[in-house]
Amino acid sequence: MSSTIAFIIIGVSVLFILGIKFLSSPKTARIGNLVAAAGMIIALCVLLKTDGTSVWSHGWNFNYTLIVIGTIIGLIIGAIGAYSVKMTSMPQMVALFNGLGGGAAALVASLEFIKGAHPQELAGIDLPVVHQSTAFIAGSMLFATLIGSLSFSGSIIAYLKLEGKFEKPHTFPGQNILNGLILLVILGLCGLLTFNATNGNATMAFIVMFVLALFFGVAMVLPIGGADMPVVISLLNSFTGLAVAADGFAINNLAMVVAGTLVGSSGTLLTLLMCKAMNRPVSNVLFGAFGSSGSAAAAAGGPAGTVKPIQADEVAMLLAYAQRVVVVPGYGMAVAQAQHSVRELTEELGKRGVEVQFAIHPVAGRMPGHMNVLLAEANVPYDQLIEMEQINPSMDRVDVCLVIGANDVVNPAAREDKSSPIYGMPIIDADHCKTCIVMKRSMAAGFAGIENHLFYKDNTRMLFGDAKASLNALVAAVKAS
Amino acid sequence: MDTNVLFIFILAIFVGIEVISKVPSMLHTPLMSGTNAIHGIILFGGILVLADAETTLAMALGFVAVIFGSANVFGGFMVTDRMLQMFKKKK
Repeated sequence: MSSTIAFIIIGVSVLFILGIKFLSSPKTARIGNLVAAAGMIIALCVLLKTDGTSVWSHGWNFNYTLIVIGTIIGLIIGAIGAYSVKMTSMPQMVALFNGLGGGAAALVASLEFIKGAHPQELAGIDLPVVHQSTAFIAGSMLFATLIGSLSFSGSIIAYLKLEGKFEKPHTFPGQNILNGLILLVILGLCGLLTFNATNGNATMAFIVMFVLALFFGVAMVLPIGGADMPVVISLLNSFTGLAVAADGFAINNLAMVVAGTLVGSSGTLLTLLMCKAMNRPVSNVLFGAFGSSGSAAAAAGGPAGTVKPIQADEVAMLLAYAQRVVVVPGYGMAVAQAQHSVRELTEELGKRGVEVQFAIHPVAGRMPGHMNVLLAEANVPYDQLIEMEQINPSMDRVDVCLVIGANDVVNPAAREDKSSPIYGMPIIDADHCKTCIVMKRSMAAGFAGIENHLFYKDNTRMLFGDAKASLNALVAAVKAS
Repeated sequence: MDTNVLFIFILAIFVGIEVISKVPSMLHTPLMSGTNAIHGIILFGGILVLADAETTLAMALGFVAVIFGSANVFGGFMVTDRMLQMFKKKK
């Protein structure tokens, strides 16, 4: 590597770090994304082959035509996905893009691994003999193949779960043991291939490992309930980062090592932060099959009290003459596409001098920050959005708390009921306010399948119906009052 | 093997942790989406293996890797930008 290119790669690494840094403040976030994108373009211009020559300085051949066509196809797929997706489906899109990245990482590592000079007949397909390399490089390639393909299949399952295809956890007795055995076989094959990667059988072993890793991704995500998908996507995102870093080792590309490692470590921290917000260790999310036992536990000790419905006119009256109103949005708001109606209502209340804030639970919606994105789309200024820890101490001075399509994140069972599966999870203390209005379509249990004690509290009133329709009725009624 | 690469790897782990340790939860989704776009750098890996591909199988798999990587990197940055352009301060 010439020193000019070395300096450019250092610059690119700085751009990636600054990009992530800027992404962590609302003022600079958009610039941060563009800074990272700029780093990517610069890195592409100075892309080097393993032998140290520029990839662009070689003669044009069919492979380069394929590169251009493939890049354009990917660009079109990415653009269509990015610009056609509804804001409510954003988490699925991230899962899908992450899966594609993981798939690419696995393919790149596989191709490096099976690259060799002597093709060998194997099961009717011309497969090259696995080439000899140092154990470290071989290990990197195997790691990237394993993690990349696991991330690919796992992300696809996460995507399907968020699309509502099979959101319930799928479990059977001994599932963790079976998964553990598969993992052992995969790791055994990895070890074998790392130190003995030169004979024809190695290719076969490699294919078996690849298929098992794909299967393991499915088996790992299937037992996890839809409510935990954000954590899973974040974890798989960091996995893909690590796979990319390992690919960087294998093909000696520093920019890939730096970018992949940054994503891997920051993604791991983000995953831990998300688990911390739910007060559950990562191991519990991944192996606990959370949600499957929830309804059974709730049925045993159902909450006392009765559910008290309320009409929109009455709610409008409460809101219009309140001093301080807090809105707690949840996934139900996203599903009903009600964010614009919420903004209209809060503006109307603001005109009347009511202080309106939004209480954002770290894991409200299907992804951390999901609510912020939706409300930002509806032009709600971000300084009205208050995080859980900041708003909880003053919840008892709130006149009306409007819970829109949120459920588990306001369930007092997390504080009161030791037998509840969500016991210990920090919640927004919606029950501490003077009057709590819960907007909900029906009395069905939340995403985690747990009965909500809040609905039965004395100061809680239920406003049944579609969130958007109810909010529009509220806006009209507040305007009229 | 070049131990410098390992050195950079270790330092990058700590930089990655340090740099996002103060992120407000409102930015978690854009951040996840943004880092997702950054690992789209795997497109370069796809380009490198496809450039060197000699067999039909290698070319086919490399082609798929380039498509996947390209969708990851372009789609990732675009979807992140779409989320972030909506963050506005009160007028």
